[in-house]
Amino acid sequence: MLHPVPTLKETPSQTAGPYVHIGLTPNFAEIRGVYDADPGSTMLTDDTKGERIIITGRIFDGSGALVNDALLELWQADADGSYTAPMGPNSNSAPAFTGWGRQPTNAEGIFTFETIKPGPVPGPDGRPMAPHVNLWIVARGINIGLQTRLYFEDEAEANATDFVLNKIMDPRRRLTLIARKEAGDVPRYVLDIHLQGDKETVFFDM
Amino acid sequence: MSGIILPGADGALYPRNRDWHPPANTPGYKSTTFRAPKHALLSLGGTASELTGPTFGHSSINPLDNDLIRNYSQDGSEAIGQRLIVYGQVLDENARPVPDTLVEFWQANAGGRYRHKKEAYLAPLDPNFGGCGRTLTDENGFYSFRTIKPGAYPWPNGGNDWRPAHIHFSVFGHAFAQRLITQMYFEGDPMIWQCPIVGSIADKSAIDQLIARLDRHNTTPMDALAYRFDIVLRGRRSTMFENKLEGN
Ligand SMILES: [Fe+3]
Repeated sequence: MLHPVPTLKETPSQTAGPYVHIGLTPNFAEIRGVYDADPGSTMLTDDTKGERIIITGRIFDGSGALVNDALLELWQADADGSYTAPMGPNSNSAPAFTGWGRQPTNAEGIFTFETIKPGPVPGPDGRPMAPHVNLWIVARGINIGLQTRLYFEDEAEANATDFVLNKIMDPRRRLTLIARKEAGDVPRYVLDIHLQGDKETVFFDM
Repeated sequence: MSGIILPGADGALYPRNRDWHPPANTPGYKSTTFRAPKHALLSLGGTASELTGPTFGHSSINPLDNDLIRNYSQDGSEAIGQRLIVYGQVLDENARPVPDTLVEFWQANAGGRYRHKKEAYLAPLDPNFGGCGRTLTDENGFYSFRTIKPGAYPWPNGGNDWRPAHIHFSVFGHAFAQRLITQMYFEGDPMIWQCPIVGSIADKSAIDQLIARLDRHNTTPMDALAYRFDIVLRGRRSTMFENKLEGN
């Protein structure tokens, strides 16, 4: 068969609802004793290679209100630009860096990931894409998960030629994906996400 | 078999059929009003960043994680409610099983009350019910867990809106672009058809895909009823299971 056609239809999405933290970050939701730790709450180990950074920001709705009941997942390459090879299903050894993190927004609508700066990943045109992390956002009032990317302000040269950023025609909208850098012992990259409004973040259909 | 682009695959997923899913803005569900993006989504196709995804080992799952009747027990007794086995198969759009993928679920207790500090419904908490669980699919894509039937509950939307009994599901698949959150409903529940969140989906046959079937064959005698809920994730246009490794 030259072009296989799908035989089943994808299960339709439904909102994660107001209590997504119960299911996906139960310890944060004060449901203790079920899981040792919330999945994805810690991305780093002592063995993780790469520059330690903090990725943080706030989520705003279209009325300017902070979204304090959202859940974000982050998926990124390692410092060499590779996505982590899978753990075997029966493996007991976790890799030094899985590339996956999950965090709630807190009462102030703030999310924070402690991670490493990713390396450049090859793009579909064979050239490297600028370093970036992939974000997936769900919450009450979001009917289907929102997918976006976060790029780094101090990678201006790579950002200028990035395959995905260049698909965004309006340069002002391109800026909605570029985190500003705050220097420090551990550099912080700060990006606010706007679900709607003048500064609406670019979201992808991927 | 995840976390990397499969050998020989062109890697691309079938495009998501956005008409099958609820649109971002559905006025009947008022929370979408200020949370729905207004710009069109930017089509990306898919790069290594979207076609890879996290994987989870069995070592990260504890034996009680898929038993909501007992995983929050405070005093050794079990959660109150109608005892259920919920099970099903995770497949992709090519009808291929999705093995070793993480499935997570959360729900209200038998009275319709969530264990959450913002929850305002007056139904009582069950001291032995937390309301969350997880499991990995087996080599054939099957998952199962034990729980109690969640109650329907009222919520602030219209003047007097009630959610039908439901269980929230989160599923990974093997690519970050397959990530899915949905809700499972119960066969025969008349409240399904008056719910604004269910109604955010336009196509009745799409809604039907969210309704678990009572499965008398798999009930545990004198213990638990069984409901079957299969989940379909996006599929790849070609995979390593094809005969030719050239991606057709
Ligand atoms: Fe719910």
